[in-house]
Amino acid sequence: MSEPRNVEPAAEASRVTATLRVNGEDHTVVFPVHHTLLEVLREGCGLTGTKHGCELGECGACAVLLDGRPVLSCLVLAAEAAGHEVETVEGLQEGNRLHPLQAAFADLGAAQCGYCTPGILMTAKALLAQNPEPTAEEIEEALAGNLCRCTGYRKIVQAVAWAAAILRGEEERPPEEAFLGSPLPEVRR
Amino acid sequence: MKLVGTPFRRVDGRAKVTGQTRFADDLTPPRTCFVRLVRSTLPHARIRAIDLEPARRMPGVLAVLTGDDLPIPFGILPVSEDEHALARGKVRYVGEPVVAVAALTEEQADEATRAVRVDYEPLATIASAEEAIATPEPRIHDYGAGGNVHKRVSLEFGDLEAGFAEADVILEDDCFFDGNTHLPIEQHAALAVPEDEGRVTLYSSTQTPHYVHRALAKVLQLPPARIRVVACPNGGGFGGKSDVFGHEIVVARLALELGRPVKITLTREEVFYCHRGRHPVRMHLKTGFRKDGSITAQHLKTLLDGGAYGSYGVASTFYTGALQTVTYNLPRYRFDGLRAFTNKPPCGPKRGHGTPQPRFAFEVHLDKAAHALGLDPAALRLRHLAPAEAVTANWLKLGTVGLGRCIEAVVEGSGWRRRYGKLPYGRGLGLACGAYLCGAGLPIYWNHMPQSGVQILLDRGGGVAVYCGQTEIGQGSDSVLAAIVAEVLGIGLEDVRLCVADTGLTPVDLGSYSSRVTLMAGNAALQAAERARAILAEAAGERLGRDPQSLVFAGGRVFDAAEPEHGLTFAQAVIEAETRNGTLATTGSYVPPRAPGRYKGAGVGPSPTYSYSAAVLEVEVDPATGLYEVLHVWIAHDVGRSINPTLVLGQVEGSVYMGLGEAMMEEQAFRRLPRRLSPALVHKMPSVLEYKSPTFRDMPEITTYLIEDPDPRGPLGAKEVGQGPLLPIPPALANAIFDAVGARIDQVPIHPHMILRALAAQAKGEEPRCGPRAFPAVDFGPTLRVPTPEEGGDGRALGEDRGGTMSRPASGRPAVRHG
Repeated sequence: MSEPRNVEPAAEASRVTATLRVNGEDHTVVFPVHHTLLEVLREGCGLTGTKHGCELGECGACAVLLDGRPVLSCLVLAAEAAGHEVETVEGLQEGNRLHPLQAAFADLGAAQCGYCTPGILMTAKALLAQNPEPTAEEIEEALAGNLCRCTGYRKIVQAVAWAAAILRGEEERPPEEAFLGSPLPEVRR
Repeated sequence: MKLVGTPFRRVDGRAKVTGQTRFADDLTPPRTCFVRLVRSTLPHARIRAIDLEPARRMPGVLAVLTGDDLPIPFGILPVSEDEHALARGKVRYVGEPVVAVAALTEEQADEATRAVRVDYEPLATIASAEEAIATPEPRIHDYGAGGNVHKRVSLEFGDLEAGFAEADVILEDDCFFDGNTHLPIEQHAALAVPEDEGRVTLYSSTQTPHYVHRALAKVLQLPPARIRVVACPNGGGFGGKSDVFGHEIVVARLALELGRPVKITLTREEVFYCHRGRHPVRMHLKTGFRKDGSITAQHLKTLLDGGAYGSYGVASTFYTGALQTVTYNLPRYRFDGLRAFTNKPPCGPKRGHGTPQPRFAFEVHLDKAAHALGLDPAALRLRHLAPAEAVTANWLKLGTVGLGRCIEAVVEGSGWRRRYGKLPYGRGLGLACGAYLCGAGLPIYWNHMPQSGVQILLDRGGGVAVYCGQTEIGQGSDSVLAAIVAEVLGIGLEDVRLCVADTGLTPVDLGSYSSRVTLMAGNAALQAAERARAILAEAAGERLGRDPQSLVFAGGRVFDAAEPEHGLTFAQAVIEAETRNGTLATTGSYVPPRAPGRYKGAGVGPSPTYSYSAAVLEVEVDPATGLYEVLHVWIAHDVGRSINPTLVLGQVEGSVYMGLGEAMMEEQAFRRLPRRLSPALVHKMPSVLEYKSPTFRDMPEITTYLIEDPDPRGPLGAKEVGQGPLLPIPPALANAIFDAVGARIDQVPIHPHMILRALAAQAKGEEPRCGPRAFPAVDFGPTLRVPTPEEGGDGRALGEDRGGTMSRPASGRPAVRHG
């Protein structure tokens, strides 16, 4: 996946040098011109929080924000991203404080293995920037391109709605059912 | 309890939402070089010659390996060590690794693989289990049960014919459960790093580092002490990372040869070829019922398409029969199973391992029985539940059985009594149940050692380090381990530091499979923590002038229950104990209780206890198109006790999701290329886009009930939750479709055209059904007859051992085991 330090010039594809602005910080990186933003983020910038699941634009694991819009970083050339603002999961928290989306995902169990999580967090961030009070259906629609094999998605939808409420300044904690399961119905025998 | 039972944030939660979790592919030390594999383009062929020279001359290439460089076979089960890291002599499926190329960059390695020339002599291809039993030659393997049969099983528990003679109604059904795959979002990756003095460390996305360790030692011919395997947190496993893979062996071998880190990350297409997923299974079920719905006898036949290698297949075969007996009273039972080799990627364990297929057959069958007998499907099940603590006809010892409470919860929650059978045409409800292991009772290789071990070190600052070989695959096992230790010692989760899944540093835990970790690693952690508490209580009691028995550990303090202000901080207690005893460490281990079965084959199925689930699905079917939508799922799961209810809910909902995927759309399907073009049998859809799995838009509402009835065999009463809740979903869907439109779909996945076919049959006055008609003629081999507990049996089979490929070891223990 990544380039060795000792470059083999003979067969190398042509390389370019570019400065990527990622999470508000400049990264000057040298990479083969055909490398994707995903590859350069992970291998050139060392930002391995962005994941790959297919490298064909099918799973959503590699989603990052480009000028605030969610893009699949496996389908964007790194060279194209130069001059734009790139945001990845590493830039989500403020200092050591988690973003409300991160805290909600962690507390509700919306991240299990956590592998699809960075892409979903970034896509959700873009949604909430556009639509601060999305319905469950709007959350599902926005995230429909992100696959998760662990959670069954319900907890993710609940976590995004919870984070949206916090970002709106509301303290809306999801109902206890979301943490404990539904109260047992009274049994009529 | 302070912590256990509360919805605390998982201990790895923060790392997972900040991108800090290090998965295997996130590791790239300096000087790492990269491996790509040449994979077979033919499903079955002899390898005549491999020309490596052009590849060796390609830029950046450091090494090239073939099967002859790694001649020692391996396999996850000792009875089927039939794999090589790279194919030797022949290939058995499209996508099988043949050559490995290491180069300075991944692109150079990839380019070089294209320069490798493999000369194949094609052989006839076997595409299905039916074809395999009808085509003994050419053999895919030269071992097994003859021809292309890998394994035959035939077990009869009790007098089956007498049972059928007592029945008022006998039902027979044929059905089919298609194969599907795990599709973890993380592709498999492995990094091998050479260490000093000929040692090597492998970092891998594996669920079973201990078994990988053993296989590496065997194939590389190295003393195990020179090998260290670290299982990185898995980006999803579901059983797909519980085999040992050739690529793990290849990178370890190359790291030792090249003296630098060597890494491989599979492409998504390659992950489909690794597979080890759900076996496609043909089933025939015959059951005798009395008028009250009680079962007099059952005969199950299963035919498994195993794919090209053994994998866990012998265990999978037994599992298609073993757990039929643990849900309802089943006094006499016969199970015949056969696993065939075919030229497709190997099947293995996927969530529920071998049991969702027969569970589908059984639960649909019960729905039909209820209708035939004029009984309510819920009432029929509730009336004939297997009793807690019973020994089943096939000699499984049950623990607590919360199934009745599960059924009652989903029946009440869904309004079953007022709505079942009464909804408008096109809408329906379906009920089904399931059960699963809480850890396989026996390890994969025979030994009397603990199946899980935990070591605890106490720090003078009050910190507690917990070492355990268990592997976090997303299921929350790190949180279970930390919570149990914190609970017993009365400290916070932030005072517990974990070191897990590292064969160089941690006591052995066999791995994250068979839903074993909460119960087994949990019990080991409980024992280690209780031993630590006893040492601390002794020292603190002496210091405080109190009876150690009267001391309470809570809130980071150790104090007298009667006088809470009279106490020490936890750290002070550690200092007192270290002053008296020296450096403080304790260990805990877990060995499951011995199961009562003594017959050959009794090793698969036993578990310390079993979890139970029940589900009701509501579905809407469009009879004009066959399209259907699942509107709501009510599910109840008997988890014994929740260590963390939020994580338990996550496992239940994730299982419902995966069950729906299997029931509605997922299939690991293959097609033959036109013979004039190629003899190849290829995967129909080795991509995430074409292998359909549910998205956010496909998930219904889920109402989840956690049934808590602590089981004394579980740590603090806990049972499993990772796999069991998948089981009721596919049959509940089929039963709901029947309630909606009167069509019986006896196969999975259920596609709209199947509903249309059944409705078309109905319109012509034929049976409104879609599914296989008859079970193929199969020779299951000689039957082992085992008297049941009710018949006064002792757990052994009648007469002598039958002949065959496996013999009973001298200890008299069963030769086939594991989970």
